[in-house]
Amino acid sequence: MTSPSPVVVSAEVVRPRPTLAQRLRRIASRYKGVPIGGSLLLILVIIAIAAPIIAPHDPQALNPSGRLQPPSGPYPFGTDNFGRDVFSRAVWGARLSLEVGFLVALCTVIAGTVIGLTAGYFRRLDTAIMRIMDSMMAFPGIVLAIGLMAALGPSKYNVVLALTVVDTPRLARLVRSVVLTLREMQFVEAAVALGVSNLRIVAAHILPNCLSPIIVQGTFIFASAVLGEASLSFLGAGTPPYIPSWGNMLAEARGYLRDAPWMMLFPGLALTLAVLALNLLGDGIRDLLDPRLRNL
Amino acid sequence: MLAYTIRRLILTVPVMLVVSTAVFLLLYLTPGDPVGVILGPEATEQQKAELRARLGLDQPAHVQLVNWYLRLLRGDLGTSIFLNKPVTQAFIERIEPTVMLTLLAMAFAVGIGLPAGIVAAKLRGSWFDLAAMLIAIAGVSMPTFWVGLNLIFIFGVTLNWLPVAGYQPLSAGIWENIRYLLMPAFTLGFAQSALLARITRSMMLEVLSQDYIRTARAKGLAELAVVLRHALRNAMIPVITVIGLSFAILLGGAVITEQVFNIPGVGRLLVQAVTRRDYPLVQGIVLIIAAVYVIINLVVDLIYAYLDPRIRHRD
Repeated sequence: MTSPSPVVVSAEVVRPRPTLAQRLRRIASRYKGVPIGGSLLLILVIIAIAAPIIAPHDPQALNPSGRLQPPSGPYPFGTDNFGRDVFSRAVWGARLSLEVGFLVALCTVIAGTVIGLTAGYFRRLDTAIMRIMDSMMAFPGIVLAIGLMAALGPSKYNVVLALTVVDTPRLARLVRSVVLTLREMQFVEAAVALGVSNLRIVAAHILPNCLSPIIVQGTFIFASAVLGEASLSFLGAGTPPYIPSWGNMLAEARGYLRDAPWMMLFPGLALTLAVLALNLLGDGIRDLLDPRLRNL
Repeated sequence: MLAYTIRRLILTVPVMLVVSTAVFLLLYLTPGDPVGVILGPEATEQQKAELRARLGLDQPAHVQLVNWYLRLLRGDLGTSIFLNKPVTQAFIERIEPTVMLTLLAMAFAVGIGLPAGIVAAKLRGSWFDLAAMLIAIAGVSMPTFWVGLNLIFIFGVTLNWLPVAGYQPLSAGIWENIRYLLMPAFTLGFAQSALLARITRSMMLEVLSQDYIRTARAKGLAELAVVLRHALRNAMIPVITVIGLSFAILLGGAVITEQVFNIPGVGRLLVQAVTRRDYPLVQGIVLIIAAVYVIINLVVDLIYAYLDPRIRHRD
């Protein structure tokens, strides 16, 4: 231990620039949602990618003699009503949930951004576009999704399509409102005065400034899509029943609450963890990018 | 206020027009021949032709669309294929459980969410605040149907305190009705109570830092009066909007909850219609729910404008 130097130097001069690691640590301690939600999500992503290696059994393999077995060594989460390994199905379910959720978030962000930018910047189209978006928001999300699935038929990609249709208006609305503020700003005015083309103004000047709300909202849409897929599958209007999806597993578990509660415990926990991770991450990113919203 | 009401009423007309067109188009999204999908692979050509004529699918698309609008104006939503009765009648027969479930869920949401949010804001930073907000974020993340399954397992299967599933109509007595709805309503209301608690808390925090609250305290008012009379009243305006929207969300959420608890309501009718490919019934229910949703949102907007005059004079 050295005694403190008697010479008082301006802190600014002495303090070295924080390293990247230090800066990251500061962000992590201030916005806890990012590291907690992020690492939870990372674990789930790794499980999803490595599903074929992690899962000890074939998630579809039937075993009529080993039905409804409680958790044990070879079957850590027990077996279901067809003797399938609940652990293996939950692991493969992570793959399906995250794939559907990510695809919905991606498609929604692309479609919503394009629609929102168009409505917000090219005002002639605004009324027509936003009336249609408002009308789509007149349906409760799950009811519209069920209606679409009734028409499209059960399949993984139809779930992605239905949930994208449900979520796009919300994102479009958000992007439009940000664009409406941005287009009145001086840097846009300057670009117009300089004769920059409309397309270039939107792509190079407006879009980059919309990115942070889009990223935040995209994370929340990811979360709601994971939940949406599970809900649709639970209702029998999502992925076909034989596919290992958390929603399908819970739908089957419903009939065996008395004899095999583990059938509902593990897929439900996995689903909750996934949604929680994404919500925490979304909250954290929002606080990080926009401190004004921290109390919400 | 009257001018604002009329303006908002007129605005719902184009919305309902697009909504009803979208519902009409649902049938056209079906890949291939909807009649073939409804009747299955064993249907004869004659059966298909009959059903096609019954659904009006043998007419050109624009004629079908015009007929659809005309029927809607008369309040005719068509006939269910499997139940063989008008869609509106099938809907009305199933409405009681859904309304009771939604109302009771609303009571849970407000009864838990509001006090939790107020106390959390008042005791900001305390263990109560932390616990309440942790439960709130968990409540938002937990899928309602999983919460429901857990409750059935704990209170129905293990403790045997409440019925596992099913529904007793109001005609069987209000207590019997509520006994069956207690778990489903809590399941449905819990997630909304979490949302309400979060919003109440943040609104209260904002209001509690205002100057007039300091004035109220400075003139020696009891803290309870400051919180309830001065702060809560002003924090309530946005909260009331959220309560209204919650009601609409609960109506949608009832679809899933009814499935979990085997409640013979509108949501279960919709799910059954989907699995049986009863297209007129699906279209009818989706349209009615959307219309109810639009009306609730309209009422919420009007209440909001009534409470906060700035809204109705904005544009």
